[in-house]
Amino acid sequence: MDGGSLVSELLIERLNYCIYVILLLIGLWAMLAKRNLVKKLIGMSIFQTAIILFYVSIAVKKDATIPIYLAEHDPHGSHAQESADQNTTGNQESSQGPVALQPETVKGYANPLPHVLMLTAIVVGVATLGLALALTQRIYQGYGTIEEDELLDKLDRADERASVSPLIREKRNEQRREANQRARARAAGGLVAKGKQKAQPKRTSPRSSVDEEKPEPKK
Amino acid sequence: MKLFSLIPVLAIGALLLWAGQDFPKWGDLASPASKSSVSSHFIAKTGVDTEVPNMVTAVLADYRGFDTMFETVVVFIAGTAVIAILRGSSIGRPRRKDHEVEAEPDLIVTNTVRLIVPVIQIFAFYVLAHGHVSPGGGFQGGVLMGASFILIALSWDLEKAMARFPIERCLFVAAMGIVLYGGIGLLSMLLGGEFLDYAELEKIFPVSRGMARYYAILGVEIGVGFTVASIMFVLYANLASEGRLKEGL
Repeated sequence: MDGGSLVSELLIERLNYCIYVILLLIGLWAMLAKRNLVKKLIGMSIFQTAIILFYVSIAVKKDATIPIYLAEHDPHGSHAQESADQNTTGNQESSQGPVALQPETVKGYANPLPHVLMLTAIVVGVATLGLALALTQRIYQGYGTIEEDELLDKLDRADERASVSPLIREKRNEQRREANQRARARAAGGLVAKGKQKAQPKRTSPRSSVDEEKPEPKK
Repeated sequence: MKLFSLIPVLAIGALLLWAGQDFPKWGDLASPASKSSVSSHFIAKTGVDTEVPNMVTAVLADYRGFDTMFETVVVFIAGTAVIAILRGSSIGRPRRKDHEVEAEPDLIVTNTVRLIVPVIQIFAFYVLAHGHVSPGGGFQGGVLMGASFILIALSWDLEKAMARFPIERCLFVAAMGIVLYGGIGLLSMLLGGEFLDYAELEKIFPVSRGMARYYAILGVEIGVGFTVASIMFVLYANLASEGRLKEGL
């Protein structure tokens, strides 16, 4: 197949698929590249619309009407009533009520099945979109932003705070306590040089050093 | 980063366009979907089986009744999940006032809405009940009914709409819709058929098997309409007020 026929094949005979692919790509790109969660949801809806249009276009038949019986095929239509009146005894089929359509008349109606599938898909799409918006609102309440990169930053910082192991946290607390003590000792006694010297080797057990340090200046 | 994500998008697009050549042409009678025995069975036999002229309604509520029932359950679960996510989430949080202006509901808007809301609701019932012979049905009628309440909430405020359709009543009506749907299914099971085999209802109603399915489809659609209408309003009320259910948009 050369290039020209490919273009005519795609752009002229199957233009509808090109449109759905473009719509689908817009939605996909919005979901991938946009940072804003609401914009991502808009992309999801566009994606969904592309799929729905694709399914409905599958149902189309040339020269076919919508999948609702015309009056002459309608089981309760005026035509059915008339034929039942006319053939009170003669035609057995019509006196028994509605009859199945012939294959030629079946071709005159669009395919109902994709319409049904998409009908439910639209409603469920609305429900899931509502749920997604509720989650987005909750995220905004919790983090104050719906921009994805800012959200990730905040989550990382929160993780860092939460994920420090207890041992390291204990060590850090000790260091902080010691630093406080040293500062206090320096402030209390530039004159009491002895106490400062004693406090230094007891770095590992700050609590006991607190108990011992207090009586020392009295000596 | 944005250009980087363009690469997979374009690759998928090229693949889809390449596959698009093999798809049936627009309106092709010989496309696999149109040729399939399922679709031709639906078109040929719907009138005999259910006597419903609108094949979409018959397929939706009868042939694919199980699917539609759980579709309705999905809508119900989505509504309750939105309530669960947003309820109490904004307690103790100051309400942002910067985008608000203090204003009375507009006279022209409220009077117009006062006039058209009953019309919308009648039209919703029409779409629901006329779904057998024209485009329509439970989902469409339900959405219209929900939209009429949303319109009230938009033109006055949320309290005005909540006074007419409180959230507890919404959930009750939504649950009743599913109960109605499942109840019709269970009733046909108790009468000796399978779950959702409506034709068995002929044993208690003085109608033919086809007409039993016809009326059962109407009942099922009413159930769907209940659920969809109330859940649409629940979604709006919760999202518009961040779960406070007052002082909405």
